Amino acid sequence: MAGGDDSWRPLARPLLIPIWVVIGVFSLLPVLLMAVYSFLTKEFRGGVEWDFTLAAYDQFFVTRGLFGDEPAQIEWTYITIFWRSIWQALICTALCLLIGFPTAWFIATRPAQSRGIWLFLITIPYWVNLLIRTVSLKFLIRDNGPLNEGLMAIGLITEPLPLVNTNLAVQLGLFYSYLPFMVLPIYAAVERYNFALSEAAADLYASRWTTLREIVLPVVKPGMIAGCILVFVPALGAFLAPDLLGGAKTFMIGSLIDEQFKGSQGNWPFGAAASMILMTLVLIVLVFYARAASREGAA
Amino acid sequence: MKGVRHYPGFLSITVLCLTILYAPLIVIMVYSFNGSTSITQWGGLSLRWYGEVFTGPEASRFGQAAWNSITIALMASTAATIIATAAALAMVKGGRFRGRSASFALINLPLMVPEIVTAVASLIFFTTIGLTTGYGTILIAHITFCIPFAYLPLAARLEGIEATYEQAARDLYATRAQAFRLILLPLLAPGVASGWLLAFIISLDDFIITNFVKGAGMETLPTAIFGSVKQGIKPNIMAISTLMLAASVLFVTAAYLINRKGRQTP
Repeated sequence: MAGGDDSWRPLARPLLIPIWVVIGVFSLLPVLLMAVYSFLTKEFRGGVEWDFTLAAYDQFFVTRGLFGDEPAQIEWTYITIFWRSIWQALICTALCLLIGFPTAWFIATRPAQSRGIWLFLITIPYWVNLLIRTVSLKFLIRDNGPLNEGLMAIGLITEPLPLVNTNLAVQLGLFYSYLPFMVLPIYAAVERYNFALSEAAADLYASRWTTLREIVLPVVKPGMIAGCILVFVPALGAFLAPDLLGGAKTFMIGSLIDEQFKGSQGNWPFGAAASMILMTLVLIVLVFYARAASREGAA
Repeated sequence: MKGVRHYPGFLSITVLCLTILYAPLIVIMVYSFNGSTSITQWGGLSLRWYGEVFTGPEASRFGQAAWNSITIALMASTAATIIATAAALAMVKGGRFRGRSASFALINLPLMVPEIVTAVASLIFFTTIGLTTGYGTILIAHITFCIPFAYLPLAARLEGIEATYEQAARDLYATRAQAFRLILLPLLAPGVASGWLLAFIISLDDFIITNFVKGAGMETLPTAIFGSVKQGIKPNIMAISTLMLAASVLFVTAAYLINRKGRQTP
């Protein structure tokens, strides 16, 4: 008789049919269709006409003055929004790494019994509805919210800090939303780390921090890279934190795209083009990640 | 023994990390029990806002939204888990076959595409094929993006089950279906359960994609809450949030316990 493994072999493809159909039709096909839409002509009531044009991308990158008769120049409005989003996502990733690594290390070095509880504490907020978390944060930091009242009560500040509608608030929101994504993969990497390496370094008179820099960080690097990707990608296209905690000056990609599909003011091809550009950015990051991961694997 | 594992300051950073994560949640929980109509002033402990959630003027709107959220999450996570189980069996037990790496990429596709892009693409797709956006389109979108979340814990569990169990059953003249039903499926059950729970929570949690494909008049709990907080955070929202928070904590605890139990058996 054939082994247990082989008996499944002829079933492999039939078993994959449902997933191919569902993801193929409702995920892959829509993305391809969106790519087509980004080259269509906008209709005024929010929709499209099937005339192929580069108008959406032209609107994104190029300006020809208010009446369209001036020489073409670079349009900075949307590039600035993208640039701001990239910066915010990068800062968010760096902050998450800075707080996430020590946290993950601390948890992974607890005794086995208490480790589960620490990990549980870190995972709970991850499971709480993101909208509710963002709303809670807004409630906490708003002008006459508990944070400002508390700081005023202990005399640290006399006027409430105007946090809401600033880049800082959006940053705080992003950081708060995605912090668990950083801790978990680093935790997994530190848990597999062989502490004999650190002991060997210590025996050779390396200081604690030299050991961290020269031995620990290179070994747990794959976990750190994975965490950075898991934070950076959703932060780049985030919608809730910039929308609820920010204002007009903190506009990010997510809100820009969202606006294009609202009522008759919208511009579907432009929204599709902005989505395409966002997806291209994400793809670039993922390709870098895949390369870094395969290099780590080869080493 | 502290030695190489100990780094000064890491404990304080961990405490800081937990403070940042929990402070807003605790604040909103505390204020949901506030008796005052003003969200800034403390008017003593009271359950009035919880009463408001179930009997107040917005009760029917939020009730309908909660019903939609829960029914969609139940159906979407169940469908996603069934599809993901079939796929995991093929991917893990099917050996090497043509199209395996393409299938792997396809399963992970919904995870790679940013949520807002999925939202836009789904809206465009449903509009183009002429499907009216509403309950049905939300359900389809949820099934799709839940699949990879159901797949991951399932495949991980399946990879940990050695083929020898099934082989032993076959050697004792079990039919292939019997070996699957009596041996493999019970061993896989914790993976199925945690995949289902993960998909269920992801479905309940979703705002962006739902907001795009829900159509006019249809609400799930997150979209209804979002619509409401646009006009300011009202106390009944805090009560609803606290209830959802409690539900999430219950779910995670259940998943944690199932997982731990699963790890004790082989």
